[in-house]
Amino acid sequence: MTEIFVLAEHRQGQIRDITFEMLSKGRELTGQTNTELTAVLLGKDVKTHANSLQDYAKTVLLVEDPKLENFNADAYHKVLSSLVKEHKPLLTLIGHTSFGVDLAPSLAVSMNTPLATDCIDLEFKGETLTVTRQMYGGKVNVKATLRKAEGYIATVRQATFPPEKKAPVNGKIVEVPSILSEEVTKKRFIKYVLPPPGGVDISAAEVLIGIGRGIKDGSNIPPVEGLAKTLGGALACSRPIVDKGWLPNDRQVGSSGKTVKPKLYLALGISGAFQHVLGMKTSDLIIAVNKDPKAPIFGVADYGIVEDLFKIVPALESKIRELKGK
Amino acid sequence: MNIIVCVKHVPETAEAEIEIDSTGTAIKKTGLVFDINEWDDYALEEAVLLKEKLGGTVTAITMGSEDSDAVLRKCLARGADDAIRLTDPQFEGSDGYAIAKILSRVIKNLPFNLVLTGAQASDDGYATVGPTLATLLGIPHATMVKKIEFNDGVAQVNRELEGGLEEIVEVPLPAVLAVQTGINEPRYVSIMGTRKALKKEIKTLGLVDVGLSENEVGEAGSWAKIEKMYVPPVEKQADFLSGSPEEMAAKIAEILKTKGLI
Ligand SMILES: Cc1cc2nc3c(=O)[nH]c(=O)nc-3n(C[C@H](O)[C@H](O)[C@H](O)COP(=O)(O)OP(=O)(O)OC[C@H]3O[C@@H](n4cnc5c(N)ncnc54)[C@H](O)[C@@H]3O)c2cc1C
Repeated sequence: MTEIFVLAEHRQGQIRDITFEMLSKGRELTGQTNTELTAVLLGKDVKTHANSLQDYAKTVLLVEDPKLENFNADAYHKVLSSLVKEHKPLLTLIGHTSFGVDLAPSLAVSMNTPLATDCIDLEFKGETLTVTRQMYGGKVNVKATLRKAEGYIATVRQATFPPEKKAPVNGKIVEVPSILSEEVTKKRFIKYVLPPPGGVDISAAEVLIGIGRGIKDGSNIPPVEGLAKTLGGALACSRPIVDKGWLPNDRQVGSSGKTVKPKLYLALGISGAFQHVLGMKTSDLIIAVNKDPKAPIFGVADYGIVEDLFKIVPALESKIRELKGK
Repeated sequence: MNIIVCVKHVPETAEAEIEIDSTGTAIKKTGLVFDINEWDDYALEEAVLLKEKLGGTVTAITMGSEDSDAVLRKCLARGADDAIRLTDPQFEGSDGYAIAKILSRVIKNLPFNLVLTGAQASDDGYATVGPTLATLLGIPHATMVKKIEFNDGVAQVNRELEGGLEEIVEVPLPAVLAVQTGINEPRYVSIMGTRKALKKEIKTLGLVDVGLSENEVGEAGSWAKIEKMYVPPVEKQADFLSGSPEEMAAKIAEILKTKGLI
């Protein structure tokens, strides 16, 4: 029977959540296609990971090699393409993560297999694979079909599918010898670099004011900082604010920054791109101020204000002072 | 160091009202402001910074309509030496794969040590052009690049991983590096630079020049075909407050008070 491959992603001894999210979607797709779910695990000393994946997939293909200890697109590419050639899976799911985006395109080109990236949904109708993706920063969705082929590759957006609960399978582990030769890969992993320890731990703050590109200039930040102080909270921000050097990177909320869960997240001039929302959507109370009524941030906010943030900030500051004064 | 930087002319949509056009597979472009893709802006700056440090040339290349000249002029004004635009009616509908194919045909005939691209484009968000191009050229790549240094013909780059973590990897040259935002601070264009850039020639090439056939480009040569574009359904929508800024501020303050946050 043909298979659906899920490439397990792990880093520094941990299986990453995206793996279980892909297993969940992968299982659903096996139902649509009469295929079996196979987890593919590449690494060094990862037997314990293989054991936990047995609870989710019919088969766990395990390749162990010291050269696979850390993710390396070249090494992963070599091993994965040999497995794909042998098993001819209908679909290979890879996370749309830093690892996945480094690997999937070259795999697709060299295997001559159509690739769809950053999918938020996938569906087979007969042999046609239709994917749902977002464009223009999440303002529109598209449904796209992949060119007919024997097999497909898709990268899957993080935190989009519910992580798979353990399934009543007791998958078999199949150990496959590594095909990597002594010859080193072109690319070489050197080391991880941890983010520098920050001054403020925004993930511990109860009240956060998140500012986005709507703030227009770094010189507009002090009044908002004033409001944050009045509210007894701290300033957080979206990525462009850090990219521009207006706030240090320990203030960034989102997939490449921090995950926060304050009692209040007040988003000012943030559009609500998926990568930002990932870091703040579980906040207790979300209030968003944005000039654009169609901004995606209003899809996660509890309360929305369609207005210029520069009018709201001073008005709110004085209201709160007034209430506190009483 | 001879560097090629791949750029794209994209509409700015964060603050714009977006409508789907009559084909149902694209947005209406009229009235939208176009500029260089945000990620490419950083790639361009990195190319110019490397040229300033190491010497050599920067060639900017784009696949797009004639309007894309605006982006190439920006590249020239910011320090690129040459500009190439790949334009053909058959190129329309190309996805990241087809774009990379078209780019690769031209780039393989240029002398280069390094190709820089943005990590992704803000319009279609495929994040595939850089690594796809590298594979088609048969050279190594790294994506999500936050820092580039060189050491004896080898690029040592920091790749951004999730949650603030980075990894350092070595990639031998020639290579394609796909740049993440925040790697540098893109400079502003000087008026002098803009004026000079207007005088420079932009080389244009079409389907025949790049040596591809009709079915290798556009929709036919793509991995994916867009069937339908739509405004995403809202699962949850915020309660919108109304009134003057003062009234809305008062309502927020009230909500915060009820929740015990003031
Ligand atoms: C791999 C990767 C990782 C990423 N990681 C992160 C991450 O961790 N965190 C993150 O935030 N982003 C991240 N991003 C970037 C993300 O995709 C968006 O580009 C970013 O979140 C946009 O930030 P923004 O909302 O501030 O800006 P924009 O999208 O430009 O939005 C600005 C908003 O401000 C509004 N506005 C403008 N002026 C005003 C005004 N006067 N009053 C009120 N509203 C106004 C506009 O209507 C608009 O909605 C990542 C991207 C990639 C590719």
